[in-house]
Amino acid sequence: MKFVLILLAAGAAFAQTPSAPNGRKLFARFGCYQCHQREAQGAAATGPRLGPHPIPFGNFVKYVRQPAGQMPPYTAKVVKDGELADIYAFLQSLPEPAPVKEIPLLR
Amino acid sequence: MSRPNRRNFLKGAAATGAAAMVPVSRPAGAQETRPSKISAPSAAAREAENGAAASGVEVLTADRPGGDFMVEVLKSLGFEYVCANPGSSFRGLHESIINYGGNRNPEFITCCHEESSVAMAHGYAKIEGKPACVFAHGTVGLQHAAMALYNAYCDRAPVYMIVGNAVDAASRRPGVEWEHSVQDAASMVRDFVKWDDLPASLPHFGESAVRAYKIAMTPPMMPVLLVADLDLQENPHPEAWPRIPKLTLARPPQGDSGSVAEVAKMLVDAEIPVLIAGRVARTPAGMKALLELAETLQAPVIDQNERMNFPSRHPLNQSSSRGLIAQADVIVGLELTDFWGTVNSFRDQVHKSSRRLTKSDAKLVSITTGDLYLKSNYQDFERFPEVDVAIAADAEETLPALTEAVKRLLSADRKRAFEQRGVKFAAAHQKALEAARVEASYAWDASPISTARMASEIWAQIKDKDWSLVSGGGGWPSRLWAFDKHYQHIGGAGGAGVGYGAPASLGAALANRKYGRLSVTIQNDGDLMYAPGVLWTAAHHNIPLLSVMHNNRAYHMEVMHIQRMANRHQRGIENAGIGTTLVDPNIDYATVAKGMGVYAEGPILEAKNLGPALQRALAVVEKGEPALVDVVTQPR
Repeated sequence: MKFVLILLAAGAAFAQTPSAPNGRKLFARFGCYQCHQREAQGAAATGPRLGPHPIPFGNFVKYVRQPAGQMPPYTAKVVKDGELADIYAFLQSLPEPAPVKEIPLLR
Repeated sequence: MSRPNRRNFLKGAAATGAAAMVPVSRPAGAQETRPSKISAPSAAAREAENGAAASGVEVLTADRPGGDFMVEVLKSLGFEYVCANPGSSFRGLHESIINYGGNRNPEFITCCHEESSVAMAHGYAKIEGKPACVFAHGTVGLQHAAMALYNAYCDRAPVYMIVGNAVDAASRRPGVEWEHSVQDAASMVRDFVKWDDLPASLPHFGESAVRAYKIAMTPPMMPVLLVADLDLQENPHPEAWPRIPKLTLARPPQGDSGSVAEVAKMLVDAEIPVLIAGRVARTPAGMKALLELAETLQAPVIDQNERMNFPSRHPLNQSSSRGLIAQADVIVGLELTDFWGTVNSFRDQVHKSSRRLTKSDAKLVSITTGDLYLKSNYQDFERFPEVDVAIAADAEETLPALTEAVKRLLSADRKRAFEQRGVKFAAAHQKALEAARVEASYAWDASPISTARMASEIWAQIKDKDWSLVSGGGGWPSRLWAFDKHYQHIGGAGGAGVGYGAPASLGAALANRKYGRLSVTIQNDGDLMYAPGVLWTAAHHNIPLLSVMHNNRAYHMEVMHIQRMANRHQRGIENAGIGTTLVDPNIDYATVAKGMGVYAEGPILEAKNLGPALQRALAVVEKGEPALVDVVTQPR
């Protein structure tokens, strides 16, 4: 419900509830993972981590459509608003990692 | 001294016929030949020169070919290895290496591609601090080798190349030898070798060989090339060997004292001076010198990882803090490839734009031998940097004088300010390390395996050993591993020519072998596919190297470029994988490696299986053999 409200607040009207599983597929299909990696964990050289806890949806859409940095633009002709909503749902659904102190190789 | 050729070979051979009748013996102490030693002709050769064997019977054997003298020259220069794919245009030299020279110092390393030969020498040089020799055909071999030469040129690494060529058309064998001959062999690569020559006689060869070595080893170091005429290699030389000139390396230029004093004052007065290191540490002394300057000033260092310039866990290492560029009031660029790109951002959209990152009043200083040597055709010199002080000198050689000049200017007040600055940067360094660990924890158990997980698994296996990461040192290793020795990282290709990683790693591992170091490489899949025969070379010569495949099943950088174009043109990126990916079928690198005689495991898809696979592979490497673990990874 919270997410639907956010979408409405962002001025987007979607007929269906965004789908995180479909968003995962779209994240791969649209090549988002090439820079941001398959779990959206990011890579220092190519693109930042996107989730969990992505930036607000409105800012997300705005940046994807009209990026201020190096990212190539994804226009509505290429990725529809509803598809962006699914991708956003995927980013929101990503799990928190285990704390570093619980990962022996990172201690 | 006239140069013998094959037209008078029968006459010369007849004259040396008696020599041919006796077993060929290597001159005593050949391997210990000193630079200026002149070896005397054998008694048989002297007898032959007096015409004792003029019997009229065709003489089919000969003593003392010119190639033997060339080997004497190579030995005098201290070469340990010749990396080569065999070729008829240097058959005389090849035979002299393995028989006259005893295949030791230099030893012939069998390569399966000339690009691999040069790249092996490139990697070797960055560990050993001196060149390895490369042989190749002057035509088809040099064409294969060209890209690797360009990498070494851009990476300021010395490679010593000798190419064979049959100069005298009248003595060429019909057929292939004509295709393998050329008027000016070096012309094809002259834009990216530092010096070349076509010696016309053995004395000329000796002099040019020593000159070439000196030129290659004078910063900025680069490849050099000699053309060894086929007749010169093969024809007998009954006279005493020519004298080999004494080699004295040129001392690299140090910055002039006035400029050094000026920069020292700028650094002492600065609130946030930033030292940026490109290819500073040519030797272990370079890292120590940079360390001393940074600690004296308590100044942050940004290491661009083109050499092992600065310890990764040192509190003043601020390499992950690009924001520092914007805060600095003095920036000293030390042997930077791209100073302009360091202090400017560039946006690759339809309308390309750039923005200066520094404060408007920040002072920029460059210290680089790049100002001393430049060629015009290939554009590796990058965009013109506007600096306030440009010291045309070797940074490693200049740093000690700069540090001393800084120390002379230190006051108690400035020392206190420096200490406070050091405390601040130490905290920032620790914070960056903790942040890197947190970032690494995301997608920790993902499949394909995250590159952070792969780097962490490798580090767990090697951190207590005497290790050397011979390729793939950027990214997560530089953020998570503790680099503190000169040989633990050697930088990249230089010219970004794909196909460098696998052979250069092997060349570096060859250099590391005699020191007992554990050589590890993070091997890109696309890179290995350029010349996978290098795996066979590793197995054949028992070169211990752990290759951990960063197998993202793509030429990933190119995927991103195509994606950028497709998005720019609003055509969707569904086709971006065409021509850029290595799938359908997926390449089974473990099977490829096994076929070359290399122990291998994989493909590893699950992170939990990686550690044990690395342990088993390491056990093989520690026995003195190569091993490969194929890890299917996330893109970056």
